[in-house]
Amino acid sequence: MSKNGPFALLFHALVVLFMLAPLVVVCLVAFTPENTLSLPTTEFSLRWFRAVFERADFVDAFYNSLILAFSAATLATLIAVPAALAITRFEFPGRDFLNGLFLSPIIIPHLVLGVALLRLFALMGVNGSFAWLIFAHVLVITPYVLRLVLASAIGLDRSAEHAAQSLGAGRFTLFRQITLPMILPGVAGGWLLAFINSFDEVTLSIFVTSPATQTLPVRMYVYATESIDPMMAAVSALVIALTALTMILLDRVYGLDRVLVGKQ
Amino acid sequence: MSTLTAIRQGRQGYWLSTPALALYLGLLVIPLLLTLVLSFNVFDYSSGIDGDAYTLDHYSSLLGDPYFYEIFLRTFWISALTTLLCVVIGVPEAYILSRMGAPWRSIFLILILTPLLISVVVRAFGWSLLLGADGLVNQTLQAFGGSPMKLLYTPFAVVIALVHVMLPFMIIPVWTSLQKLDPAAEQAALSLGASQLTVIRKVVLPQIMPGVLSGTLIVFGLAASSFAIPGLLGGRRLKMVATLIYDQYLSELNWPMGAAIAVALLLLNLLIMLSWNRMIEGRYKKSLG
Amino acid sequence: MAFVQLEGLGKRYGEIDAVVATNLSVEKGEFVSLLGPSGCGKTTTLQMIAGFVEVTSGRIVLDGRDITHAKPASRGLGVVFQSYALFPHMTVKDNVAFGLRMRKVANTELQLRVDRVLKLVRLNQHAERYPRELSGGQRQRVALARALVIEPPVLLLDEPLSNLDANLREEMQFEIRRIQREVGITTLMVTHDQSEALSISDRVVVMQAGRITQIDAPYTLYEHPRTEFISGFVGKANLLPGERDGAGVVQVCNRGDGELTLSLRPEKIDLREKGQGRLQGQIVSRFFLGSQWLYGVSTALGELCVVRRNDGSAPMNEGTPVGLDWDAALLRVLSVDEVPA
Repeated sequence: MSKNGPFALLFHALVVLFMLAPLVVVCLVAFTPENTLSLPTTEFSLRWFRAVFERADFVDAFYNSLILAFSAATLATLIAVPAALAITRFEFPGRDFLNGLFLSPIIIPHLVLGVALLRLFALMGVNGSFAWLIFAHVLVITPYVLRLVLASAIGLDRSAEHAAQSLGAGRFTLFRQITLPMILPGVAGGWLLAFINSFDEVTLSIFVTSPATQTLPVRMYVYATESIDPMMAAVSALVIALTALTMILLDRVYGLDRVLVGKQ
Repeated sequence: MSTLTAIRQGRQGYWLSTPALALYLGLLVIPLLLTLVLSFNVFDYSSGIDGDAYTLDHYSSLLGDPYFYEIFLRTFWISALTTLLCVVIGVPEAYILSRMGAPWRSIFLILILTPLLISVVVRAFGWSLLLGADGLVNQTLQAFGGSPMKLLYTPFAVVIALVHVMLPFMIIPVWTSLQKLDPAAEQAALSLGASQLTVIRKVVLPQIMPGVLSGTLIVFGLAASSFAIPGLLGGRRLKMVATLIYDQYLSELNWPMGAAIAVALLLLNLLIMLSWNRMIEGRYKKSLG
Repeated sequence: MAFVQLEGLGKRYGEIDAVVATNLSVEKGEFVSLLGPSGCGKTTTLQMIAGFVEVTSGRIVLDGRDITHAKPASRGLGVVFQSYALFPHMTVKDNVAFGLRMRKVANTELQLRVDRVLKLVRLNQHAERYPRELSGGQRQRVALARALVIEPPVLLLDEPLSNLDANLREEMQFEIRRIQREVGITTLMVTHDQSEALSISDRVVVMQAGRITQIDAPYTLYEHPRTEFISGFVGKANLLPGERDGAGVVQVCNRGDGELTLSLRPEKIDLREKGQGRLQGQIVSRFFLGSQWLYGVSTALGELCVVRRNDGSAPMNEGTPVGLDWDAALLRVLSVDEVPA
């Protein structure tokens, strides 16, 4: 591990500053006592946070996002775990194709998926349906769960399963008592990652939500295009806080650096 | 293995994949096909979409109308510039990170990459706070005696925010490539008399090219289809392809036109990525296998 | 009828035969080792017996019962895997108890049996620990205990000692043998380490390229290797040209040619004064192995390997001319290798 020179460290410091500046500014502005966008210089005020909670549309949107993310993440996990096991356990024709297909939503722009689903839902007459919104989210977040569960399943010591089999374990016992506990970090980490991604999702959601099912990011986007005030900063700070909490959980369960860059 | 076992194994594999397959077929493949078909449908401002009539009008106006052409071009050069900046900033940063010791390395990795997990709306808003007329940057400029600059609603703002959002997508594959390097190779080069710079140029860079390539493809694709950032930081006048599609679908209600633009975006993206991929692969295939 | 019988057992992957029509009979209580270089089919054979690899041809008969296509769970064999395959999320006690739980053994009896087997492998102090808190040797003993506690008819060991360092390996070899003798269980072990196979087995089965090439007790195998490969794989061997003399006794051909290939073990050669013995040579290399000295001696018949016990006296120096002598009765005639090495 060679050391970095002073120029390298300066460059690095600037990059870190660049990455964190917008987030830090948002959090600071959220506490401003003024009516306009400004940094809190005299005092830290909670008035804008109170303002958020008084806005029914934001509160509703928050609950929409929460329920949506929770349901979508759970559904995505229920779909991804058997698929991951199928891909890593069994050899069957088309397996590689399925593997590619299941990870593909990551490379298709949410924009294109959004309008495509808009068309599908219009033809089906389910525009504005919360259930179908959940399915749409499941589609885009399943690759995240799949990636992590695949990593866990591939790294699994198969001989432990063989040992359990030789000791008499049937198929369900094997899954429940041996396989599942061993891939649990991947499953739980995948769920959390999927949750975060669903909660954050805006581009696809803009096309697929209706005023009744509007999610928080969409609400925030629309609000931001119309007016910019510190309340927007307060909502954003709350979102950052919620994300930070989930990330701490994710770190406990799986390891944040592992989630972001894979196994070290 | 015996045919019976092969069939048994295959069947189990298929059963387990069925829910995922159903989801993907129903919500991915079919909608995309529908959109393709839609792009050929006739549209009339008074009667709406005619699902049974087909035309190439939308594609021809895409190619003929300078309005569309201009926006595609703008999207292209903004995405290319974003990608270039991500390479110039991201590759050295990944390298610097890889040379840090624990625990700094993990800490900074997390600090730089976790903005990924925060909604793009929040991040774009953060930049509008920094770059606005009364934003932090302008306030600092004025404090130093300069005059405020128009930063928001310019391509500059869009590129900066795009770089901010895309940088992690460049750093991650480059980082992964760096992890695969054998540190002993660098040491061997140094022991043979190479300077640190030469080591980077001749030993490190060639080996991480796959990661850099991966990153450029991801960044370009994401930047070209980016919606929230041009929407919030580009303003009404600075449109990109994503805003175009939004306009067609949700204000003009000309869905077939929107579909045509979406299909064009997808195809152009694929084309650019494939040819770039082919070109780089050709250069590095021999040495990296 | 042997306790375990392999009849024409074979495994084919596409065009390649991993195991070719193998026959083997194992008696009750015997400790048999499958020995061979990597890729010889020994592990595949064991996995077929355990049920994790599908048999392509032949039968496996256990105590009169044909188990060739039975599921692993129903064979009830005790398997110890090379990586130990412990359940990382369970304690030592739960790991060992797992097989008993699958058999729905009553709790009081379960506790008794688990305690007894942990005492047998000397791990009763560590019952509540997790695998990650144990050393390699301890994990290995947990794996062994887990396989033994279900009182299986046969114990299958897949390279159980290859992940341990040299000192521990020797200690564990004797532990395994002690436990096996105490319990009296029929055991089949796969290993690539010939000294391991020789030291603890009742019989050794040498395998090459999917075939069995020799089955013998360790001493017999070492003293009477059948082929050139086996003589070099199990111990070291000097290969010499030979012929039968007038009385039909096999002798070495000093001329350098001869219709027979003979094997002579390094420890069977005596170093004499120059001019004495049957063959003259010069010491060209010398290696110290602790309890022995290993000499390379250049002769008209090539470079021979001679081993001398380290009895504390000064070793011979490189460059010294010596005479080599041996008892002709210890020369072994080797058959041609029937299989590719």
